[in-house]
Amino acid sequence: MTRWIVLLAGLLALPLVAGEYYINLTSQIFIFAIFASSINLLLGYGGLPTLGHASYLGVAAYACALLYLKVGVSHWAAALLALAGTTLMAAGFGLIALRASGLGFLMLTLALSQVLWGTAYRWVAMTDGDNGVRGLSRPAPFGLNLDHATAFYFFALAVTAAAIWLMARFVGSPLGAALRGTRDQPRRMAALGHNVWLVRWITFIYAGFWGAVSGVLFVYYNKYIHPISLSLTNSAEGLLAVIAGGSGTLGGPLVGATIVMLLKNYVSGYVERWNMLMGFVFVVIVVFMPEGVVPGVQRLWRRFRSKI
Amino acid sequence: MAALQIQNLKKAFGGLPAISELSLEIAAGERRLIIGPNGAGKTTLFNLVTGDLPADAGSIALFDKDVTRFATHRRVHLGLARTYQIITLFPKDTLEHNIALSLLGLSKLRWNAFGRLPEVLYRDAKAVLARVGLEAMAQRPLSEVAYGDKRRVEIAMALAQKPKLLLLDEPLAGLSREERAGVKSLIAGIPREVTVVMIEHDMDTALDMAERITVLHYGRVIVEGTRAEVVADPRTREVYLGH
Repeated sequence: MTRWIVLLAGLLALPLVAGEYYINLTSQIFIFAIFASSINLLLGYGGLPTLGHASYLGVAAYACALLYLKVGVSHWAAALLALAGTTLMAAGFGLIALRASGLGFLMLTLALSQVLWGTAYRWVAMTDGDNGVRGLSRPAPFGLNLDHATAFYFFALAVTAAAIWLMARFVGSPLGAALRGTRDQPRRMAALGHNVWLVRWITFIYAGFWGAVSGVLFVYYNKYIHPISLSLTNSAEGLLAVIAGGSGTLGGPLVGATIVMLLKNYVSGYVERWNMLMGFVFVVIVVFMPEGVVPGVQRLWRRFRSKI
Repeated sequence: MAALQIQNLKKAFGGLPAISELSLEIAAGERRLIIGPNGAGKTTLFNLVTGDLPADAGSIALFDKDVTRFATHRRVHLGLARTYQIITLFPKDTLEHNIALSLLGLSKLRWNAFGRLPEVLYRDAKAVLARVGLEAMAQRPLSEVAYGDKRRVEIAMALAQKPKLLLLDEPLAGLSREERAGVKSLIAGIPREVTVVMIEHDMDTALDMAERITVLHYGRVIVEGTRAEVVADPRTREVYLGH
């Protein structure tokens, strides 16, 4: 708990010492951290590898932008409708994807997300295709003008802190214990009276909801949404962040998201072939810390403590 | 009332019949032993009763309720519990957490998505472990305890649910003589109101514990009766005892 408070205090103090570029970069890390953490609910705690989670980020982002720009509803209504609609979509997708597990589940989530990605590209009348949807403004909740980098930073930090806390409560709850049980021994869990399918479906919907929250933040940050946000690449980057940081841990996706965003946004400014570097970094992590950075560092720390 | 009633049950794997037109009735409170050579269909029968496998034909009733189309967890909520031939527990978790998951399975608390795991669950889990003599190890990870103790945990998990019908799939398999004695006394101490159906290869032990015995061969019941009747039947000797 102390570590989380120290981290939160550090993040609250960051705008005092960091310039606008770093404040914006950290806001992007927050958004990606929520996205990765929601994947972690499925992969890390439920043992359900998904390659379609960008669907929820992308659909919520598109819905939010289109409702505001084309339908003319307020920011609040657009955000809430986008969250509700995307969560409902997750419920529907869960009914389909959870007919399988393992590789079958992975392929079904991928297939469903590819349908949405293709739709976003081809339904030009609605999405403006490859041009993306532009022209969105940021809301001003409670009079806080989010156009300012620091204001958006604190807004994103508050949402991220709430998201991580609520996801932590979920995995620490009786339902979360049942979810971990279904990951490790689904057959045994059924023999103990747990409805394995329903536990997974509820988790799928919950993960979809947080994916949607990251999408709403994403579209407000960028004021723009493009079909690439729905792509396999985006889903895979989220999955990589979870694996690199440490799946099944609360801190893992945060660390993984930080690594991915730093490589994408910071290192790419200095290294032209940053994609190669990102691949190399993941190979190094998987070779030396196959369980991910957070559990790996904890293991090394325990070894170091035992030697002194 | 019959605890378990099976009629004309059929199950085939890729055209190879594992259970063929099997009918069986087990009275409430009975101790029934299922025996048969390897491949006779004993574990398949358990898997069909629990719903781990769907039946191709026939019906299964638990306490006069037809459960043939019920999912496993629904059958468990009617009072069915089982152990597995190959131990399938949660090795990274503590013994008390293993039992807590068992208690949680029948508790309405299992749908609580934001509360903490209640202390009372672990208190009850410790009480269950105390009944099988493992209270001192409650907070040790399951992976760090001996094989015999894992078997006791598995049986404790089933008993924690206060089942009405308990299926034990080779509960003595792989145990040392001392461990076997411990598990035997644990099974002997199961309350009379619990119906126990057991698959076991250790004939000396199994015949001691069972009141009635069913002999399976190629997925069919070939002999059924008391210990004396089954042992005396030449068909049992032919397919199982080998003489």
